[in-house]
Amino acid sequence: MSAPGTRAVVAALLRKDLRIELRNFESVPAMALFSVTTFVLFHFGLQRDTLSGDLAAGVLWVTLLFAAVLGINRLFVADAEQGGFDAFLLSPADRGALALAKALALLGYMLVLELVAVPAFALLLLGPPIGQALPGLVLVLVLGDLGVAVIGTLVGALAVRSRARDLLGPLLSLPLLVPVVLGAALATKPLLSTPVGGLPLRWLGTLAAYDLVFALIAFALFDFLLED
Amino acid sequence: MYGKRLRALSLTTIATLTATLALVFFWAPNDADQGFLQKIIYIHVPLAIVTLCGFIVGACCAIAHLRTRDPRWDMRSYVAIHISLVFGVGVLITGSIWAKGSWGHWWVWSEPTLVSFLLVMLLYATYQPLRFAIEDPERQARAASVFAITAGAFVPINFAIVRLSTQYVHPRLGSGSLPGRMEVVFLLAIASIALLWTTLWRYEMTSKHAAAQLRTLARLLGGDEDDVPPRRSAAPSVTHLEGVG
Amino acid sequence: MSDPAIELSSLTRRYGERLALADVSLTLAPGQTLAVLGPNGAGKSTLLRLLATLLRPHGGLARVLGHALPEQAWAVRGRIGLLGHEPLLYRELSARENLAFHAALHGVAVARAEELLAAVAMERRGNEPLRTLSRGMVQRVAVCRALLHDPELLLLDEPRANLDPAAGELVEPLIGRGSGRTRVIVSHDPAGALAESDLVLGLVRGRVALLAPAGELDAAALGELYR
Repeated sequence: MSAPGTRAVVAALLRKDLRIELRNFESVPAMALFSVTTFVLFHFGLQRDTLSGDLAAGVLWVTLLFAAVLGINRLFVADAEQGGFDAFLLSPADRGALALAKALALLGYMLVLELVAVPAFALLLLGPPIGQALPGLVLVLVLGDLGVAVIGTLVGALAVRSRARDLLGPLLSLPLLVPVVLGAALATKPLLSTPVGGLPLRWLGTLAAYDLVFALIAFALFDFLLED
Repeated sequence: MYGKRLRALSLTTIATLTATLALVFFWAPNDADQGFLQKIIYIHVPLAIVTLCGFIVGACCAIAHLRTRDPRWDMRSYVAIHISLVFGVGVLITGSIWAKGSWGHWWVWSEPTLVSFLLVMLLYATYQPLRFAIEDPERQARAASVFAITAGAFVPINFAIVRLSTQYVHPRLGSGSLPGRMEVVFLLAIASIALLWTTLWRYEMTSKHAAAQLRTLARLLGGDEDDVPPRRSAAPSVTHLEGVG
Repeated sequence: MSDPAIELSSLTRRYGERLALADVSLTLAPGQTLAVLGPNGAGKSTLLRLLATLLRPHGGLARVLGHALPEQAWAVRGRIGLLGHEPLLYRELSARENLAFHAALHGVAVARAEELLAAVAMERRGNEPLRTLSRGMVQRVAVCRALLHDPELLLLDEPRANLDPAAGELVEPLIGRGSGRTRVIVSHDPAGALAESDLVLGLVRGRVALLAPAGELDAAALGELYR
């Protein structure tokens, strides 16, 4: 009996996580609801009806980030509580497959979240019309989500088998995600201004580079977090 | 094991620190713009440099720990980060004083270096809570090492990114723009703070090592080597003890 | 004379400054059963997890199925089955979904899952989420999970806890002495353990207090362990 191929294992892991998420509805609806509520909070907190430019970019990304933290907290919980780590470690499957599957799952959650959060943002708080900005915005969202996915997987694995996992998750991930927020907000700012500016390639490049570096680090170190 | 060169190291450190202080107060010229307050950079900047290097040292020790699985490397990493955290608080305080003296505010966002530093400190402040939250000692050490490496990579990247995003430039002192005398004192200050860091590092390693040896001796004398009451702690304990047990 | 299934030589495992296992040595031939007994905290579960390659030895030597741990753990992983207190199954998923998942992890065909489900009489409830099933039923599915990849070595931690006698009988040919597999059983039932094992290991505070073939022991000798 040979070791299973990594692709098959990643697929099986993803299928398992998505099935559980679909039956539980724990992560994504909470993230979506949280982001809409946060937009309302910002309206009252900032005493503004519409936002544009850097303020809009900032509010959008900070909200997405806090919603992401909710997702990061839940990412490994089912496995930790129901013996999923042991089951995985007992099998001959490649450890990196778990990291990849979790990162993909988190990426998926973020993308679904944004399907709700971005229209909500455009509706509730955004001043300029969003139509022209959309293609660029999608690109920034994907790059930002990749950063969240990579760092979330690493931090989630770090925090999940600790005693204060709900506190440690945000504490560990937020500083690491500041550069993502920074790059993404700066890249988004011209898109949400009037008139709509061009997509700043420098910040897209920075985001992509950050994502890549931490993806390498996360995948290199992940195995050490799984062992007992 | 660690106590051997401690005395020589301590004396050297005290000597260089004293020399630095003397030079700072009596030899280095006063800055034209900022006056006497400017002298705080002789503490602030070396502290910052040594702190950041200390975090990198912590990351390197963590890499060694993951590769060799020797708990002594974890101890070294822990102590390095621990001491750098303390020095880092000093950086923020001295930086704040300098900002107030130079620009009138206790905190300025236009200072990319100070902002990056704050961010790094916020990250490393979670190191000890993370360790404390994981009870299994081996898992604690491994998680801490993974964290130390991630955070160590974060330090330079973070500085680069924050710098990219701000227009204002933190007065760059290392770019050769220092007049002769200031540069000498400055280099001496860096050397003495680095020595201070190293001495404190050795002291803490020695103290922890001695404590662990004492505990083992106590257990052996008490007759029951295996009856150890579980200690929950954020600090690693070294169990490979030469010549004992 | 074939290689021993398990070979331990001065095996040591620490937990911080404590010794979870100290200087454990034994040899177990293939097809035989080792019973591990001892009071709570003796290190029984640690030993089991170490044999399962979930923990690394800190000292001494361990060879399982001819391969040294931890260097050759990869070669052994697909050939060991672990059945403990926790079923290692996801409550939101059904028995079939869980087993399909484990089959994918091990690179094993799913058809085997069906055979096993039938053998433990769970095939009709195979599509219900595990959280709707009783503890005993979940344990039966856990047995399937442990056997899915046809392991040569079975590691069992009180396998019959949560099983009623009828379920116990169903499961017996799969994980019992008649299964033909090498087994290590952790048990709190000395008499029962004696009956179904070939070699008995008694652990107290991580150290070997007793190591003898089952035939040479009686219940009284075992009672000493728990004193």
